[in-house]
Amino acid sequence: MLTVKDLHASVEGKEILKGINLEVNPGEVHAIMGPNGSGKSTLSAVIAGNEDYEVEKGEIILNGEDLSEDDAETRAHKGVFLSFQYPVEIPGVTVTNFIKTAINASRKAQGLDDMPAKDMLKNIREKAALLEIDSKFLSRSLNEGFSGGEKKRNEIFQMAMLEPKLAILDETDSGLDIDALKIVANGVNKLKSKDNAVIVITHYQRLLDYIVPDFVHVLHNGKIVKSGTKELAHELEAKGYDWIKQLAD
Amino acid sequence: MDLKEKLISSFMAFEEQLDLSSPIHEMRTRSLKQFEEIGFPTKKEEAWKYTSIAKLLKNDYSIFPKKETTIELKNVKKYFLYDIDTYKIVFIDGVYSPFLSDTTHDGIDVCLMSAALTRDKYKSIIEKYLNTIAKQDDSLTALNTAFTKEGAYIFIPKSVVAEKPIQIIHFSTSEQGPMLLQPRNLIVAEENSQVQIFERHQSLVSHQVLTNSVTEIFAAENAIVDYYKVQNDLEEASLIDNTYVSQKGKSHVSVHTFSFGGKLIRNNLNFYQKGEYIDSTMKGITIIGDKQHVDHYTLVDHAQPNCESHQDYKGIYADKSVGVFNGKIYVNQIAQKTNAFQKNNNILLDDTATINTKPQLEIFADDVKCSHGCTIGQLDKDALFYLRSRGIPKKEAKGLLTYAFANNVLESVKIPAIKTRINKLIANKLGVSVGHDL
Repeated sequence: MLTVKDLHASVEGKEILKGINLEVNPGEVHAIMGPNGSGKSTLSAVIAGNEDYEVEKGEIILNGEDLSEDDAETRAHKGVFLSFQYPVEIPGVTVTNFIKTAINASRKAQGLDDMPAKDMLKNIREKAALLEIDSKFLSRSLNEGFSGGEKKRNEIFQMAMLEPKLAILDETDSGLDIDALKIVANGVNKLKSKDNAVIVITHYQRLLDYIVPDFVHVLHNGKIVKSGTKELAHELEAKGYDWIKQLAD
Repeated sequence: MDLKEKLISSFMAFEEQLDLSSPIHEMRTRSLKQFEEIGFPTKKEEAWKYTSIAKLLKNDYSIFPKKETTIELKNVKKYFLYDIDTYKIVFIDGVYSPFLSDTTHDGIDVCLMSAALTRDKYKSIIEKYLNTIAKQDDSLTALNTAFTKEGAYIFIPKSVVAEKPIQIIHFSTSEQGPMLLQPRNLIVAEENSQVQIFERHQSLVSHQVLTNSVTEIFAAENAIVDYYKVQNDLEEASLIDNTYVSQKGKSHVSVHTFSFGGKLIRNNLNFYQKGEYIDSTMKGITIIGDKQHVDHYTLVDHAQPNCESHQDYKGIYADKSVGVFNGKIYVNQIAQKTNAFQKNNNILLDDTATINTKPQLEIFADDVKCSHGCTIGQLDKDALFYLRSRGIPKKEAKGLLTYAFANNVLESVKIPAIKTRINKLIANKLGVSVGHDL
């Protein structure tokens, strides 16, 4: 599904990613962990096509296609989804309108007509129920005045609606209480299938109790320094990141 | 003969058709003299530094409407607030259109200035209010006063709430070549009364039309007046709107100005607070491109203690358009506990657009809260990435963000039909679809 080869990326001339290699197959959940500043969010932004980051070297291949030259919207059309750590507030544009616009933009890119209103409504209702989202919430302005939990639930709701091939969840657990965390994790688990893949980016192991990864990678100083199975996450939780840093240095 | 000379020489002919013995005659003559002395404003004046009307004055305007033009309602319905019940005062090329209008004398007066100026019934109100708050030494206001004849006359007596909004609509056609229109409106809201007004100037085919409008609004104690101006005219239409608001204690007046189209628009909006616990609100959304020019020149005169003023102007400029915002707040020495807020936020969509923004605060009292802020920026990059990462193409994403930027000014619009209408106009203007929710 996704192959990242020797990926180097920088922002404002500063190299953040220093040769990332990653292979994600359909049906897999990968967790990327690491201390603050290790490059976790940069990796997700670069895969999603944020133009603030300069890709110096390497390849990002999704289902055999190199994404490197694609803009963010094209990557979205090809099935990449990024759940933001800090979703942006957009006053005056309701959640419903936003998601309709996004879905129909993707359909248009694929040469399809707008989704019929009836289907859209049904789809929205189903996915909102999955995330335990109230219908009143859907007519609020996107992310405006949302609590941390509401923002993250809304991100996963968008993921549910857009049905991506590859979903990257960037620090989705930050700012969530345990109930919200369970709802979000439950939503992600229900959306998982043998045809899609999820990359969970997190600082803490907590979320991984609910979204259980097949593989765990530890990022440090722009490189993956250790990979393992879910036990690695427990080890990190118990021992902290210092031993990884020493291991790498 | 230039326009100034033409106007002065036309004045005699204009006056001869009217009642020379009325006090209005004296007012007109005095104002013409004022205009003759001052002449049209030029860029040399500080207040007109960023806006030149010199080119507009070169057109050979007809000054008086020559004949009545009729238009069919079905062709112009879309310019009205048609989905709610309203009173209407409609003019076509400066001439009252009884067919399109819906006036009243039932409890309130919603009628014509020409009637109010000539009938005894209105004499005391006209004498008490007309031309008493309008700036005497402003040349364009003086010019309008000199030719005062037609416009809207609205009188809401004590403790009456006008149960329907009032629409003042000016249509222009190209039947008479370049045209100068000078409507004069008077709105008097007595103690505890309430009224909502919607005003629009619209040319039906693109042609040279210059409107120099003067509106005087008087809000007595506890009165509530909400005024909405839609300026979305065709490319050759220009508008100079001079609005003067006089407020007494505990009154609330709001003026919303939506400037989406026209060649040149200048809004001179002046609030004079003449009592305590007054609230004055001035809001605006400007969205222009294509070499258009919109200038907001506002004044709030805080003359008494314990009053508030709120200004929030948003501007979105593209394609060689020019925006101007000059906001003057004057706080008199005795106007303690004044709260005066002013915001002017602008987005330039490309490198060819210009905005000149200038807050001007003159504060002579020491116990006041005054704030002003102006920003000129581009769209937020993070927000743009957020939208694009959801598959929304760059152009559409920019449109949505621009829409979101402007949209919150609408929160203070009290009439849902106006809110919906403006929302649609903004979305149209920015090329985004924000249709109704499912």
